[in-house]
Amino acid sequence: MLKTLSDPRKYTAYIFLLPAIAILVIGLLVPLWNSFYLSFFDWDIGTPWESKEFIGLESYSRMIVDDDVYESVWVTLKYSFWLMLLEMIAGIALAFLLEKSIRGAAVFRTIFILPLMVSPVAVGLIWRYLFDARSGIINYYLEYIGEAIPFLQNVGFERQLWLASPDLALTSVIITDVWQWTPFILIIILAGLQALPSEIIEAARIDGANTLQTIFFIKLPMISTIILVTFLMRLIDVFRALEVIYILTFGGPGLSTQVLSLHIYKTAFTSQQLGYASTISMLLIAIMLILSVGVLFYQDPLRERTA
Amino acid sequence: MQLDLASPRATPAPIRSNNKFKPSVFFHYLSLIVLSVIAIAPIFIMFLTSLKSQVLILSRKPVWFFMPTLSNYEYIIESQNFGRIVWNSVAVGLGTTILTLVAGGMAAYALARMKFPGRGIMAQTTLLIRMVPPAVLAVPIFGLWLGWGIEDGRIGLVVFYAALNLPFAVWLLIGFIQQIPVELEGAAIVDGAGPFQTFFLIIFPLMRSGFAVASIFVFRIAWNEFILALILTNRLTRTLPVAITLFLTEQGVEWGRAMAMGSAIVIPPLLITFLAARQIIAGMTAGAVKG
Repeated sequence: MLKTLSDPRKYTAYIFLLPAIAILVIGLLVPLWNSFYLSFFDWDIGTPWESKEFIGLESYSRMIVDDDVYESVWVTLKYSFWLMLLEMIAGIALAFLLEKSIRGAAVFRTIFILPLMVSPVAVGLIWRYLFDARSGIINYYLEYIGEAIPFLQNVGFERQLWLASPDLALTSVIITDVWQWTPFILIIILAGLQALPSEIIEAARIDGANTLQTIFFIKLPMISTIILVTFLMRLIDVFRALEVIYILTFGGPGLSTQVLSLHIYKTAFTSQQLGYASTISMLLIAIMLILSVGVLFYQDPLRERTA
Repeated sequence: MQLDLASPRATPAPIRSNNKFKPSVFFHYLSLIVLSVIAIAPIFIMFLTSLKSQVLILSRKPVWFFMPTLSNYEYIIESQNFGRIVWNSVAVGLGTTILTLVAGGMAAYALARMKFPGRGIMAQTTLLIRMVPPAVLAVPIFGLWLGWGIEDGRIGLVVFYAALNLPFAVWLLIGFIQQIPVELEGAAIVDGAGPFQTFFLIIFPLMRSGFAVASIFVFRIAWNEFILALILTNRLTRTLPVAITLFLTEQGVEWGRAMAMGSAIVIPPLLITFLAARQIIAGMTAGAVKG
């Protein structure tokens, strides 16, 4: 039931909304509109706003045949596919591990959310050092283990050019993201599990279901909506992010880690083509809109939370 | 799930500790400890590296025991306008937090308690706006800001961060307002209070715990943000994350100094986490898990 005050002066609601709307208009809608507007223009960095040249749909037809754009979309898909797969599996598995009530669960939970608190810039810096080919500890211990057990050298336990070879660079940025964001999945799934009514789990046990059966046939189906929403929310964030990759590889080597959002940034501020960057922005916005409608479908912010 | 921070969900009694060795419990703890090490080690290595000289940092063999030096910290404090950079970050963080919470609190109140045309659309748009990528905003913001001729990037950052954070703040605060008994406002209105008095004198103080949770998130995002800050700030107004890029040069990375700057960025959010882990978790899960 919605509790609503019957205030005769209906306009008060709009006055309460006014500051938020003003901020959203100045901070988001005006820039977004300008981005859309700019996508029909040719404008180089450093030249005045008035000097931009109207070129209609030229940027769009250029984008359609731009291999670099396709490449960065492909990189974004590979990147998001692997990290979503790894983070969802690890996050859900860990949630079941932490669900069991044990002494010190709160301490472990606090430790596990620490990576989420680290600034993306610092995350990029830390992992750039860990992956460093010469003095990074990852290479040192890979070599160390490889020398101790020579057989393992066949499966990669030797010094690797983590950030300098195209395949490994993508692997490196995926590992970094999995380190930082798996806890996010873990925390939300854990909350979902803890909100499950214990009677149903109890009933399943009495009916003779073992732990695995309870997990796969009772608990996972019951939190499937939460899993889906978490998945979509995380995917939206993955498509938005570029800061860690900016510090870690700056999209290189070549275009091997250039996700779409970083490609937009570099088109604007490295290649200095603000108009064309806006055109590619429209592609990213279109992708994000599709994902967001998915989230909206499952979430109503006005739904009353039941105690 | 309800956002009751005072009384977390009652957990069943912990596994009884008797003296018998239980392999399952042992392996459970072992895996948790291994995972904790994975979570902490990279952050720990950053602190460690910030206390090392460049020679130790570049050695092929990792050095775990050494005589710590504060020279990296001395360098960034003395030669990089560190005080000003920290002040920029604090000012932007606080400005964003206050603006977001006041505007967000008012909007959340209207959405949670008032009926008006467009209410549903408004709530959904708020959610939808969450998806806007900072990289997309960066381009027009750069153009607009140049066009408006505003030199001080900090004001711009506060407005843009507030805009990016508002959807989440509103969403979180709606949940807190829904838990305040509606009778309180009824009583205030009967006593002759107008809607603004009711909100600022009755509801606002009751939203303290909601504001606390929201401010942790909003401040941290403003404090950590990099891309928009990189574009909008200049030599005088740059924030801590932007200052890190000073040490990433064509010739290589000045690891010690960069790690010292990184530690300065990371320490405040980590401290807040230790103090308010439960509130942070409640805020994070409020979005996805609802009763």
